Amino acid sequence: MRIHCPHCGPRGHDEFVHHGDAVPQRPQTDATDAAFHDYVYLRDNPAGLYRELWFHAAGCHSWLIVERDTRTHEIRSVTFARGDA
Amino acid sequence: MRYSAFRLFTEALRGNRGWQPAWRDAAPRPAYEAVIVGGGGHGLATAYYLAKVHGLRDIAVLEKGWIGGGNIGRNTTIIRSNYLLPGNTPFYEWSLKLWEGLEQEINYNAMVSQRGVLNLHHNDAQRDANVRRGNAMRLQGVDAELLDAQDVRRMLPFLDFDNARFPIRGGLLQPRGGTVRHDAVAWGYARAADRLGVDIIQNCEVTGFRIQGGAVTGVETTRGPIAARKVGLACAGHSSRVAALAGLKLPIESHVLQAFVTEGLKPLIPGVITFGAGHFYISQSDKGGLVFGGDIDGYNSYAQRGNLATVEDVCEGGMALMPMIGRARLLRSWGGVMDMSMDGSPIIDHTPVEGLYLNAGWCYGGFKATPGSGWCFAHLLARDEPHPVAAAYRLDRFAAGRVIDEKGQGPHPNRH
Amino acid sequence: MSARLPSGGLIDRTRRLRFSFDGRRHEGFAGDTLAAALLADGVRLVGRSFKYHRPRGVLTAGPEEPNALVELRSGARREPNTRATVVELYDGLEAQSQNRWPSLRFDLLALNGLFSPLLGAGFYYKTFMWPAAFWEKVYEPLIRRAAGLGSLSTAPDPDHYEKATAFCDLLVVGSGPAGLMAALVAARSGARVILAEQDCLFGGRCLSERIVLGDGSAHRWVQSVVAELAATPGVRLLPRTTVVGTYDHGAYTAVERVNDHVAAPPPFEPRQRLWRIVAKRAVLAAGALERPLVFGDNDLPGVMLASAVSTYINRYAVRPGERAVLYADNDHAWATVADLRAAGAEIVAIVDPRPDARARAAVVARDAPLLTGVVRRALGGRTLQGVEVVGADGHVHRLDCDLLAMSGGWAPTLHLTSHLGAKPRWDAERSMFLPEQLPPGLLVAGAAGGELTTAAALSTGIRIAEGSLQSLGIAPRGVTPPVAGEEADAWTPLWRAPSSRGKRFIDFQNDVTTDDLELAHREGFGASEHAKRYTTLGMATDQGKTSALNGLATLAALTGKSIGEVGTTTYRPPYTPVAIGALAGHHRGPDFRPTRLTPSHEWAREQGAVFIESGAWLRAQYFPRAGETDWLPPVIREVQAVRSAVGLCDVSTLGKIELKGPDALRFIERLYANGWQTLAVGRARYGVMLREDGRVMDDGTVARLGEQHWFMTTTTANAVAVYQHMQHCHQVLWPELDVQFTSVTEQWAQFAVAGPRSRELLRRILASGEDISNDAFPYMAARAVTLADGLRGRLFRLSFSGELAYEIAVPARHGDAIIRRLAAAGEDLGVVPYGLEALGVMRIEKGHVAGNELTGRTSAQQLGLGRMLSTQKDYIGARLARLPALDDPADTQLVGVRPVDGKTRLVSGAHFLPLAAPTTFEHEQGYMTSVAYSPSLGHWIALGLLKNGRQRHGERLRAVDLLRSQETEVEICDPVFIDPQGARLRG
Repeated sequence: MRIHCPHCGPRGHDEFVHHGDAVPQRPQTDATDAAFHDYVYLRDNPAGLYRELWFHAAGCHSWLIVERDTRTHEIRSVTFARGDA
Repeated sequence: MRYSAFRLFTEALRGNRGWQPAWRDAAPRPAYEAVIVGGGGHGLATAYYLAKVHGLRDIAVLEKGWIGGGNIGRNTTIIRSNYLLPGNTPFYEWSLKLWEGLEQEINYNAMVSQRGVLNLHHNDAQRDANVRRGNAMRLQGVDAELLDAQDVRRMLPFLDFDNARFPIRGGLLQPRGGTVRHDAVAWGYARAADRLGVDIIQNCEVTGFRIQGGAVTGVETTRGPIAARKVGLACAGHSSRVAALAGLKLPIESHVLQAFVTEGLKPLIPGVITFGAGHFYISQSDKGGLVFGGDIDGYNSYAQRGNLATVEDVCEGGMALMPMIGRARLLRSWGGVMDMSMDGSPIIDHTPVEGLYLNAGWCYGGFKATPGSGWCFAHLLARDEPHPVAAAYRLDRFAAGRVIDEKGQGPHPNRH
Repeated sequence: MSARLPSGGLIDRTRRLRFSFDGRRHEGFAGDTLAAALLADGVRLVGRSFKYHRPRGVLTAGPEEPNALVELRSGARREPNTRATVVELYDGLEAQSQNRWPSLRFDLLALNGLFSPLLGAGFYYKTFMWPAAFWEKVYEPLIRRAAGLGSLSTAPDPDHYEKATAFCDLLVVGSGPAGLMAALVAARSGARVILAEQDCLFGGRCLSERIVLGDGSAHRWVQSVVAELAATPGVRLLPRTTVVGTYDHGAYTAVERVNDHVAAPPPFEPRQRLWRIVAKRAVLAAGALERPLVFGDNDLPGVMLASAVSTYINRYAVRPGERAVLYADNDHAWATVADLRAAGAEIVAIVDPRPDARARAAVVARDAPLLTGVVRRALGGRTLQGVEVVGADGHVHRLDCDLLAMSGGWAPTLHLTSHLGAKPRWDAERSMFLPEQLPPGLLVAGAAGGELTTAAALSTGIRIAEGSLQSLGIAPRGVTPPVAGEEADAWTPLWRAPSSRGKRFIDFQNDVTTDDLELAHREGFGASEHAKRYTTLGMATDQGKTSALNGLATLAALTGKSIGEVGTTTYRPPYTPVAIGALAGHHRGPDFRPTRLTPSHEWAREQGAVFIESGAWLRAQYFPRAGETDWLPPVIREVQAVRSAVGLCDVSTLGKIELKGPDALRFIERLYANGWQTLAVGRARYGVMLREDGRVMDDGTVARLGEQHWFMTTTTANAVAVYQHMQHCHQVLWPELDVQFTSVTEQWAQFAVAGPRSRELLRRILASGEDISNDAFPYMAARAVTLADGLRGRLFRLSFSGELAYEIAVPARHGDAIIRRLAAAGEDLGVVPYGLEALGVMRIEKGHVAGNELTGRTSAQQLGLGRMLSTQKDYIGARLARLPALDDPADTQLVGVRPVDGKTRLVSGAHFLPLAAPTTFEHEQGYMTSVAYSPSLGHWIALGLLKNGRQRHGERLRAVDLLRSQETEVEICDPVFIDPQGARLRG
């Protein structure tokens, strides 16, 4: 795969470390145990479009949100996880 | 039709025209006592043991494509029970025991070959972990031997002992580990289950579940609805997708694991060797191909194919371990979609939907578990209680904090 | 008897090359393949098949060859299963036949053929089961010995392999008419082009067929195009390069055989090079493969593909037979008749199953008999002597011949289009599989796309390249193709194999016959995926290139379905088998992984250090002195020196991360489980970090160097993971925090200076103004310091050993100088270097946890760190760390362990069992994690994890090591063995 890092440009996927689902949000401190369980352990694991986190370990050290189809590996978009472009 | 050398001989005399189909290509009936979703090794084994051990006969196995087309036919064929943690060892040992009697039981030669599984270590911490693991195995009646570097050299003189980045300092050997002809396992169970009346229904994809009052009453399929009192899911790789049809979310991600085979070679490697300093394990099939594999590709995928970086990583491990294989040629590679669970261990349990049972999360270790998984899943389906050796494989273990994390990687499926 | 023609071919007759096959000497010419040279010398029997050990000859002239496999070269360079049809001849070449005993001509295992009714598809699944123990002892060893093909050397591969990465606008795969046109269009348009050709020569079919292009031979046209390409900037020509894999997003893998055409690679040159090509667009112009026809004993040496016959005549000037029969279901193969005639062979007959071809074929046949019918069986012992033909009228003709050129039409080489999972579509009208869904960026031209004529190949090559360039925004420059002559291409495929007494082979190498497929169908394995696995069809080293289509056709006939309904098997990389060495490249031996060296490595080497791998690092394990032959004496000496005087240890491998910013404190609070609010500037503190699941991730120290300036260390093993985790926390979870941090592991050399005389030693190297008295610089103090020479560094009063100790950090480039200065300055104080072993001993004596306890499975509570878990704040892992399971007395807890007899050596990995209970797992209580000989106590000690261990100090247990048959009575104690009050480290 080739991932277009918004900072470094297109690079081979082996420069990046895959982290997993970008959708679950860390619950607030006062959330229930169940909310933390769901955040840490449960995954939609879709066959199709997937928002996922990658870390550009051998590049700029940015955390990226990649929208990718898990059936075809087609990448729709890559953005910085921290928000700013 | 019983298989034997005598039968081969008499059929050969008659021009091999008398052989019967190994299993009936059954059409779905409107209702069954139990339906198993997934005609892979685990599903077929479950159906067989349900019929054989628990006396259920009204069973259907539903397979989306052709039986045995999933991970049972896409693995590196290794069997072993050399696990560290108490939740795992008894289960895998029970599975290994079932392997040991499997061929006579199902009258099918799956070439269960116990030529040994060796896990190498390259530093003191790995040795300590191997010692702890080996002792845990021995305490549970599992065979394990600790080898030092000289023992390994005597056994496998072709490994790189003198020029290695990470010198081999010994290994943990399980002599009863080995390999099995993987496709034959699916076919053998299918044939044996069929003989006990199980309907094996191919090209029948489950598209939904019928649930009434929190209990399952049947499944929707591409070949029409099928009613069932109990439904067991055994579709690892796609567990999340199928479970989602019943409204369930699982602690599982789907990842690709690649496997590789070389051109056929005269015998070189006696048993299974696992490198401790890289992601590489290897054995040689009876046909002569070196069968090897490594780490998963590292990202969620349903694409049943691998990436080049992992191929290179695996081959680097191979060359570092045994530099004789440089001129052996990689013939085929293939990728299978794995259920990677959050702690690297499987799930055999009830689900919140009554009558719906889950057999999932096998990561890349499902092949060796096939008989044990079938046995324990059948036990759960038939008796509604977990089998003692699989009692730790609960779905609620994550919420309880009682994970079974052999690698100590935490809730990161791609690191297990 | 020489079959070499007196003239012609693309061989260099001025360069004679000697070679041997099975020890017999032969000669060929430069430009020959091994197969061509063997055929030229009249050698027809070159191999044996896998199962029945049938005699086999050369079937093809390319990489699809299933039969002519040899062991090439000798010694450590022996290459089994090498296809003679692609081996370029070189002087001194050695080749051996394989999979036969005792010799190729008399192979005893050919007896298997007599038992073939017993050895049909899947026979082994039905027998060899009794008695069970016989499988590993009797049956399997016999099967394993008989199976396999060639044998690999067990010596390390002596050759080198390298990898290269290339980027281009257009990758062209194949250099026949279509590929050359595509490359030329792109080259003239100024695009970056890579042209990869598996052969040593460019030209594809132009090399093997007599084609006229424009006003000259196709070969001359090829030379002019290649010359232009070679002269165009931005064009990379890669001959001897096979593109073997398609990967996501325009990535392709290719293998360049840099030095396979010579006896051994020249010094400093690789044998092969693996190319990772990233192409914006790609054109697959890989041509097509000719299909064999199925009839009885169609595997006899002398039965050849028609295109191969033409290739041996036209390219290699070899006449593969004297009396030839052509058996083809298409007009294209008639060119072979002309080639044979030109080579002086007698055309015995043309056999064609198509009644409608009779009139057209008569022109080609001239005076040779033209038989409308099918070949039923080939006749002969070890080589072909004749064929039996069944005419349309049912008459059986027997024809004497020594060569049968067969052609069942062409199958496009579309493997690369299918590597991403798309299955090709059966085009019933054109009788071929064609790609339906193409990988993004890849298009197909020429015969690979089903365009079988030269004219169509030329025009599609141009059209596809133009389209590809336009999609990239590159304006294509016009290329006019040369005029190609008319080519006969009518084809009515013959799928059905006539019944015959002989074996009708579909997969030649694996000996899969129509009978096997019939049996598979009878037994319910008729689906193509089942049939393939049950019969091993297509699993041989040719990967089904010559067998897949005939297999599907046979299954279609058996099941009454069309070929399209039977399906296709999925093509997977690699397209042709690839040497594992090429995929590994330089990563072997000491270069398997990079080696990280500590700043004091050179100095440690001079001190005689024994080094040990620690992750990617090499660290000093211990420093033996003269007379210390084992590891324990130096370790004892080093520990004693630290406990009584002073020692030096390089701890630069710890992960080091520098943090700054107004929110740095808030960030650290959320990162670590313990609190930091009260940490004053100039002080350091031990910290524990959890994962979100509540288990311990890592530990280390954090020093506050300024109000908003922090410096933390991680364990060596987790340095990368912790840094990545911190970036995750900052960028993903809390981007609003104003903090910046970076890893400075490589930037600082850091040395532990430990022991009661450490302060004295440090004073000697620090600037005179630096006050490091206990009052000015107490335990856990941290601050910037100036060394005597003005160098700026950092000093931390940290102690892993439990002694008065410091860690001094200087910029990494000064590390070597500073360690030497410390050693020199401390000579009279008795300073010694100490290694990882002594470090480990002292941490066990102090009960500090390390890698053997921080397994990723342990909780802080288990490790006795539970009181550190803050309840006052949110941090990673805070919530799930509170689950009862993580602090369950039924689970294990950290304890100290000592042998009751005060003598016995303890072993890590031994499990605890009660003194009286039986040695079974139900009674297992935990295990020992880390052991050491404590010079301070004079006996072995250990840390362990024991169920409810904190409540069991003083209890006696057995430590059982079944693997080494050792059992020791041990007493459980507090994990801190030395100075539990910490008086020494505060002194």
